[in-house]
Amino acid sequence: MTTSFTDSTSVPEAHSGFQRSSLRFNPSLARNRWSLLFTGLAAAFAAICVLPLVLVLVYVLIKGGSLISLRLLTELPPAPGLDGGGIGNAIIGTFVVSLIAALIAIPVGVGGGIYLAEYSAGGWFSQFVRFGTDVLSGVPSIICGVFIYGLIVSTRFFFDQSYSAMAGGIALSVLMLPTVIKTTDEALKLVPNELRWGALGVGASKFVTIVRITLPSAFSPIATGVVLAIARAAGETAPLIFTALFSPFWPEGLFNPIASMSVLIYNFAIMPYEAQISLAWAASFVLVVMILAANLFARWLSRFTSS
Amino acid sequence: MVSKSPAEAFALRHRPARERLVDLGFQRLSMLLASLVFLILVGILLTVLGGSREAMVKFGLDFLTTSNWDPVSERYGAFTAIYGTLVTSLLALIIAVPLGVGTAVFITENLIPASVRAVLGMMVELLAAIPSVVLGLWAIFVMEPFIRPVLDGLHSALGWLPFFSTTAQGPGMAPAILILVVMILPIITAIARDSLNQVPPELRQAAYGIGATRWGAILQVILPAAISGITGGVMLALGRAMGETMAVTMIIGNSTNFSWSLLAPGNTISAMLASQFGEADGIQVSALMYAAFVLMMLTLVVNMMAQWVVRRLSLQYS
Repeated sequence: MTTSFTDSTSVPEAHSGFQRSSLRFNPSLARNRWSLLFTGLAAAFAAICVLPLVLVLVYVLIKGGSLISLRLLTELPPAPGLDGGGIGNAIIGTFVVSLIAALIAIPVGVGGGIYLAEYSAGGWFSQFVRFGTDVLSGVPSIICGVFIYGLIVSTRFFFDQSYSAMAGGIALSVLMLPTVIKTTDEALKLVPNELRWGALGVGASKFVTIVRITLPSAFSPIATGVVLAIARAAGETAPLIFTALFSPFWPEGLFNPIASMSVLIYNFAIMPYEAQISLAWAASFVLVVMILAANLFARWLSRFTSS
Repeated sequence: MVSKSPAEAFALRHRPARERLVDLGFQRLSMLLASLVFLILVGILLTVLGGSREAMVKFGLDFLTTSNWDPVSERYGAFTAIYGTLVTSLLALIIAVPLGVGTAVFITENLIPASVRAVLGMMVELLAAIPSVVLGLWAIFVMEPFIRPVLDGLHSALGWLPFFSTTAQGPGMAPAILILVVMILPIITAIARDSLNQVPPELRQAAYGIGATRWGAILQVILPAAISGITGGVMLALGRAMGETMAVTMIIGNSTNFSWSLLAPGNTISAMLASQFGEADGIQVSALMYAAFVLMMLTLVVNMMAQWVVRRLSLQYS
């Protein structure tokens, strides 16, 4: 018998054939060496896993953070080859495009989630929609860009304009939609049925029950998911490159091309000019800080979720 | 009215027409919004299929197996990009799976204090929040110059293999694979952690009870019990790696010349779309749409297999 006990005090002396040495932890045993090896391996893997985050954050904070000034945040990018300038138009553009995306994706996604959680009784239609949501969340973001390009940009859908902030916002909303539907669906399922029965019992209609009782009590998890979805959309580049395009000028309305920080980073990183590359680092800094702040905000929101 | 008992009054209350209309309208509206998901999916499929029809008719299935991409003579074949997509995502997966699962084990076991584990878990989640374009910028200016000596060493030691037959000259498939590893690690770790947490504690107790060591229990009881969730997460990560665009586009070199070598510049379908779609016209747009259709089918198959795996392999505990 090679069973190992770590606690030797509880074993009675009476068992005569029992080897007491087997009760002590013996580090030279093969199994203990293997355990040590595997533990070390797992620790090393965890360190490797966290390393890129630390390195990326350090570089973005040092290289980008040192450039931040009021001028940088409020000026237009310079012409290629010139120094100075800023990323003011890109910051505004990112906000505009994300706002359009949120204004489309939140009502549609919350509405769809309400249908899944409140109305559908697990029938084929809701199965279909849930399946579709999963498929849509797996569609690569660049394909969303191609879709909106084909649907809106190449057909000149909005006032004969091809590339526009609106098209970019719609492309991002397609990306956000599955996340918003899923979080709404799951958040509403967490609401206890007693609340719904109570509301219906005192004579509220189904509509009033949902709008006044169920939705407010699921507010915090839904808001958490929505904030995370917006943060993710704000950092997306692929759907914007050929929908919102880029613009070196201040935004000129919703139906013209618009700059955004993520496309600015992509365009400027591969330029051979020092000034543009440092603007790309500065934009990364602003973008990363905004996204991390949104993530922390979402974490704070989720503390209000009652389980 | 006075003669009725309260119960009767309640039972006879007629809902006003307006209330019923609002109720019905709201139900129909939410149903419409839910079905939008389907309209979008069908729209994506039709747009990509419609756009690629011209190239499908002209190039047929040869598009998938030939590797010339020549806008001048208007002959297109996507083999370079398909090879790049499959090789970068599969190799990234092979590197990321042990790292991710190992990390998940490390932060679900009680090897270190719970507070440290929580911080580690949060850091992995934050890694997922960093935009891919920022990772691409970091890869160009920090990671690639740093690993180039290593890649050169690989070339001089293993240069006789076709996969290392060229010198590392900056952007290429190898750095793209490494940045993909960084991008899919958080997905694998998060899903593996959730699956490990769902394994009933009784299994672990039983394993310890019959004398298993900690790692004996992990490797032979807990990981096998969580394998369905982990496999599903790995497939999802594969789908994500195939569709990942920005960081890869910035570091892979966007070469349209085919090379077996991992150290040479290459291309993936999504990188090709990102770098060429804006300036393309005529049949090139159609060829790119055809490539997008191939990418969509690849990710669709992988994602559906992920869902199937989770449903079929999951062990039921009641």
